[in-house]
Amino acid sequence: MANGHGGLMAMYDKLHFPSPPANDAAEALRTQVRDFLAVTISGRTPLQRAESWNGFDRDFSRALGARGWLGMTWPRRYGGHERSTHERYVVVEETLAAGAPVSAHWIADRQSGPTLLKFGTEAQREAILPRIARGDCVFCIGMSEPDAGSDLAAVRTRAEPVDGGWRVTGTKLWTTNAHEADYMILFCRTSGSAADRHKGTSQLLVDMKATEGMTVRPILDLAGQHHFNEVHFEAAFIPSAALIGVEGEGWSQVMSELAFERSGPERFLSSMQLLLELVGALQGSDSELAQAAIGRLTAHLLALRRLSRGVATMLAAGQDASTQAAIVKDLGASFEQELPEIARSLVDAEPDRRSTQDLLAVLGYTLMSAPSFSLRGGTREILRGIIARGLGLR
Amino acid sequence: MDDTDGLLARTTERLLAEQVDDAAMRAAASGLWLEQAWSAAAELGLPLAMVEGEQGFGVALSDGFALIRLLGSRAIPLPLAETMIANLLLARAGLPVAEGVVALIPAAAGVRLDRQGEGWRARGVADRIAWGRNAAALVVEGDGRIALLTSGFEVSAAGTNLAQMPRDQLTIDGAAQVASWPGLTLLEAGALVRAVAAAGAMETLVQLCTTHVVERTQFGRALSGFQVVQHALARLASEAAAAAAAADLAVDAFVASAADAGLAIAAARSRVGEAVGVATGIAHQLHGAMGFTEEHRLHWFTTALWSWRDEFGSAGWWTRHLGAAMLARPKAAYWPTVTAV
Ligand SMILES: Cc1cc2nc3c(=O)[nH]c(=O)nc-3n(C[C@H](O)[C@H](O)[C@H](O)COP(=O)(O)OP(=O)(O)OC[C@H]3O[C@@H](n4cnc5c(N)ncnc54)[C@H](O)[C@@H]3O)c2cc1C
Repeated sequence: MANGHGGLMAMYDKLHFPSPPANDAAEALRTQVRDFLAVTISGRTPLQRAESWNGFDRDFSRALGARGWLGMTWPRRYGGHERSTHERYVVVEETLAAGAPVSAHWIADRQSGPTLLKFGTEAQREAILPRIARGDCVFCIGMSEPDAGSDLAAVRTRAEPVDGGWRVTGTKLWTTNAHEADYMILFCRTSGSAADRHKGTSQLLVDMKATEGMTVRPILDLAGQHHFNEVHFEAAFIPSAALIGVEGEGWSQVMSELAFERSGPERFLSSMQLLLELVGALQGSDSELAQAAIGRLTAHLLALRRLSRGVATMLAAGQDASTQAAIVKDLGASFEQELPEIARSLVDAEPDRRSTQDLLAVLGYTLMSAPSFSLRGGTREILRGIIARGLGLR
Repeated sequence: MDDTDGLLARTTERLLAEQVDDAAMRAAASGLWLEQAWSAAAELGLPLAMVEGEQGFGVALSDGFALIRLLGSRAIPLPLAETMIANLLLARAGLPVAEGVVALIPAAAGVRLDRQGEGWRARGVADRIAWGRNAAALVVEGDGRIALLTSGFEVSAAGTNLAQMPRDQLTIDGAAQVASWPGLTLLEAGALVRAVAAAGAMETLVQLCTTHVVERTQFGRALSGFQVVQHALARLASEAAAAAAAADLAVDAFVASAADAGLAIAAARSRVGEAVGVATGIAHQLHGAMGFTEEHRLHWFTTALWSWRDEFGSAGWWTRHLGAAMLARPKAAYWPTVTAV
């Protein structure tokens, strides 16, 4: 649409996301991905599909890598495929919508790989990016700590410079997949004190399989499942070659990493299986209640997808989309949290993760995951603060 | 004509700023027809902007909808958007375009098109027709046909919507020029126009609120300094963004003549309808008592939004319509439909 309205404030552009361009290559790819998924994950039950985010399956990730569908936008010399942002978007949204097990690759593909590509040393890129692109390298995110949640700048984990590297001491918390991961991108303090806030922080590439002085302890989530962990470093030696980017520039690097983390379609597609089961259960219904509910959810989904593709379009053009990504993530979390509430108002039965009825099992699972939607990757309140800043209020 | 450089948009904006100032807005709310503003807009060619070929200006459709959004962002009390879309549909049906204000009469209004000798006649009573009292022509739909009437109708009861824009009952009994019509229904076309205009008005709500909370001081600081105010505005902005995205989706589907354009329009109306409720509530809350007065400009936008969201089919109806369409397909078709719209 024409953007030449001189008199309107710059906010106009912030709230009016760009139109995603028609992309024939991406649409052709969509068919291939659907065909691939129809075969590869045909055996997964709806409940297993609902676990998509948490579904850990290295074989599936390798199969995806073998098709050239990981590290898609990266340069060929690092094992990438030099495909467009829109093509990558199609792969991500199709795997999520189908409920494929993405947990063994998605952190690496979405944020760790791009962070290394942007800030990593040549040696790091050459060693690791091809492995991620093959679906052969699991990453975890070492940001949160016991006393640094939303206030990430309060991190206390400290890397003391020593001969040939650092000695790291501190505790990372809520680290998803730390028990499976090959690497962590650790956000920590390399100089100064917590009072220095953004100054003196750095990112280190931690080898999770070969770092002495590091212990990983499981933390069960409210559903009794083991996904996240506590990772404790006790004077653990990290070689100097592990520094990502510039020492002391960790804050701006981690903000860039969070922008990758927040911008994708997973922020509103992680509960798709519940919506699909609900549509299946209500199919052909002439209940006005059912029609109103499915109509509303569909309208939300279509708007979210459009917004999210707008963000992808901005990223493809090299624009800063942090305000827009926060809008999509905040709206997406609300949508996904409403979904189980709406579903349960339409089915007269109790949610039960062990039910033989798919809808009830998926409902039980989604209800128990829902609180995390507005916490993980930045809480609702933090996102609204980002949006308010984008509007010039702070 | 291609408006990629935004020349037409800028010219239109200037014209609207000159012609429809606050005094004109108040005059229109008191029931006056803004003849001067209409003539200026007509002289610029807005009523025929979207008409392709010799009869019109052939502005790219997406640019045409950007103008409609602009009209909405100023809550312009003139039937420009309706007339633009009506002329576009007339031309597409192979009928002549109309001079002056055109009103849309969707099939649901129940006006009948009957053969009469060689020609056709339209008969019936249509309720809540936008600017019926000013209409020089009507576009009527019925039985897969579309008709142009330039006479044979009169206002049988005058009314307005919540924004004091005329919504009149027309009694129709006149000769009509008729063409077959396989395209989008007039209800869908009208609904699309309202969704786009509403997205524009919601953008203005964000602007009015941002300005207000920065300027208004309480407890010794600007309202914008309170986190709860920041978060309310963030929510308003998000709803405005969602409404704009939903409207854009529908516009793109319309422009591409997509098979699922009807679904996209239904989704836009559903999403916009919900966003309006949230956004207008927040906007009034942030403005305090001042925003609850006739004097303040805020109500031009909120009252228009409260009306637009339920014109050409209520938001509730569009929501159920979309839901029924999605539930009529097998579960396996749900996601493919979402990506195709
Ligand atoms: C399932 C899951 C997986 C996760 N995986 C990872 C991971 O892999 N790696 C990792 O590093 N982290 C991970 N996290 C942690 C996540 O990033 C944090 O939970 C998040 O940043 C919030 O921090 P917190 O939990 O300490 O809450 P707190 O920051 O203590 O917040 C508690 C509440 O207070 C609110 N609040 C805090 N500050 C403000 C403020 N200034 N204004 C208004 N309200 C405020 C918050 O919004 C929230 O509602 C994960 C979390 C979950 C739930």
